[in-house]
Amino acid sequence: MMVTKSHARMRLNDTLSLTYGALRGAPTRTGLMLLAMAIGVAAVVVLTSLGEGARRYISDEFTSLGTNLLIVLPGRSETSGDMATLLMSDTTRDLTLDDARALMRSRYIRRLSPINVGSSQLSWRERSRDISVFGATHDLLAIHHWKMAQGRFLPLVEMDRATPVCVIGARLSSELFGNRPPVGEWVRLGERRFRVIGVLATKGRTVGIDVEEIVVIPVASAQALFNEASLFRIIIEARDRDAIRHASAFIKTTLRKRHQGEEDITLITQDAVLATFDKIFQSLTFTVAGIAAISLAVAGILVMNVMLVSVSQRTAEIGLLKALGASQRQIVTLFLWEAAMLSFAGACIGLLIGLGGSWLIGYLFPAITMGAPLWAVVAAVGVALLTGLLFGVMPARRAARLNPVLALVHHR
Amino acid sequence: MIQLQQIHRIFKVGDQQVHALNDLSLTINGGEYLSIMGPSGSGKSTLLNLIGLLDQPTSGEYTFNNQKVTTLSDDQKAVLRRDQIGFIFQFFHLVPRLTAIENIELPMVLAGIPSTERRTRVSRILDAVGLAERAHHKPEQLSGGQQQRVAIARATIMQPSVLLADEPTGNLDSASGNDVVEILEALNQQGITLIIVTHDAALGARAMREIKMIDGRIIDDGHQKPR
Repeated sequence: MMVTKSHARMRLNDTLSLTYGALRGAPTRTGLMLLAMAIGVAAVVVLTSLGEGARRYISDEFTSLGTNLLIVLPGRSETSGDMATLLMSDTTRDLTLDDARALMRSRYIRRLSPINVGSSQLSWRERSRDISVFGATHDLLAIHHWKMAQGRFLPLVEMDRATPVCVIGARLSSELFGNRPPVGEWVRLGERRFRVIGVLATKGRTVGIDVEEIVVIPVASAQALFNEASLFRIIIEARDRDAIRHASAFIKTTLRKRHQGEEDITLITQDAVLATFDKIFQSLTFTVAGIAAISLAVAGILVMNVMLVSVSQRTAEIGLLKALGASQRQIVTLFLWEAAMLSFAGACIGLLIGLGGSWLIGYLFPAITMGAPLWAVVAAVGVALLTGLLFGVMPARRAARLNPVLALVHHR
Repeated sequence: MIQLQQIHRIFKVGDQQVHALNDLSLTINGGEYLSIMGPSGSGKSTLLNLIGLLDQPTSGEYTFNNQKVTTLSDDQKAVLRRDQIGFIFQFFHLVPRLTAIENIELPMVLAGIPSTERRTRVSRILDAVGLAERAHHKPEQLSGGQQQRVAIARATIMQPSVLLADEPTGNLDSASGNDVVEILEALNQQGITLIIVTHDAALGARAMREIKMIDGRIIDDGHQKPR
């Protein structure tokens, strides 16, 4: 009796070269499947990097406003529809310069500026323009990281000193004065006269405020100009990140004490706003990635179909392999390797296209910092491989179950 | 070495049942040279596929090397085919994208034999079938006779005990067909069991034992001729 050798496994490099040969043998089929996979992966990479770019853009914008900022608004913005609070809260007190001054005492607060806002007409000789006026103090420059193009910012004086000086935005300056140096000129705001002492430099970007179009005057002057004792808001810069929490507690207690125990202010921290935006954009990115992943699934289905066709086209070859001693398991392995190779190659091509596309978008729109997050890249390649294998199982099993007799007979 | 007992093989074609093998019993000893002849539809190819473990009997017992084959798993049968049985087909069945060497290597690749050993074995067998200079040619660059010789090299590379040839000369001119038969007979001289299915009477007559089939039955088991 002869001894039957035990079942041996194929060597990996043999498996790979057989598979590779089969793929090269059908370039159209292979190309089609590569394309499908590549598009899916590229879509995930480009869309997630767009989402990530948008998130970074917003986050940069917020940081450019200043760092560790807290903003105090008068009035309680409460969303609970409680009639009692509504009726009682008509005792809202104004936010005053004295409130701002009281906040200066905290060691957690580095600097602050009371803000008053209004619109007025700015005129010089016969030219005039409608503009937004900011009442502020010396510290606003440092809080918002603004820069001066010419002259200097508001002087460091007591908050309630209404000096007749103003700082104007760069575009306003060129529109009113053309090429003449504006510093030293007297302009009119409503009925009052102000001397221009500086021009704000153009900033790269800012949220909300167009720095080039504003006029900044001392807060006390603005109160007089608009005949308004209450402040629009107080902008506060905490000493550092850790101080934000303490500063915010201090602001709340101090103002409650000063307002007869009423908590009639709203306190916004930059961190909280930023975190909210971050969350929104993150979920946006996830959503977009999910949608893109659908195209991967479609690619998977295409891979399955094309492989099914390939199985029926290669019936003779599969029958032959069986006659030569390939087990069902070996046939399944060969076809799964084929699917894996295709998906992997497709994913790599897609990755290149995706990264190239992201780079191109970043190049065309420099404001958006493109960059696919690592998790998205890893997930895209992973999902591509997984779908390829998953959808490769069915064709592979069909190939393995092929009746070798029929397979060999059919080949004429 | 091969024992078939009361083998039935029934195919279903639509509503009809086709009795391809009908209560067939056959014993083949190691080293025999036997031909199976009969008109088309007589079941001779079915018999060959069954012996080659490519097909299953509907009922009956098949013993190969004292081993009951009918109960083996797919993996076990694949290993038996790979190590003990060589197939030769009328249409050669070479993989068109592989060279002669790579085609011959296929069974060893499936068996996981390392490439250095494969190369020595292949070059030895290429010499034996006289194709040393055509080693790196693809099938389309080879004549029919050369292709069939590559197929024989592939069928014998694992040193099987049985060689099953289905119309091995059916697609060849008489000269190259003769070459092929001579190679097969030489292999039989070395001890391999050779079973040829054909409807070519001249080819069938060369065998030591001629089996004639009609309608799934053996009607004539010939006689063992002396060597």
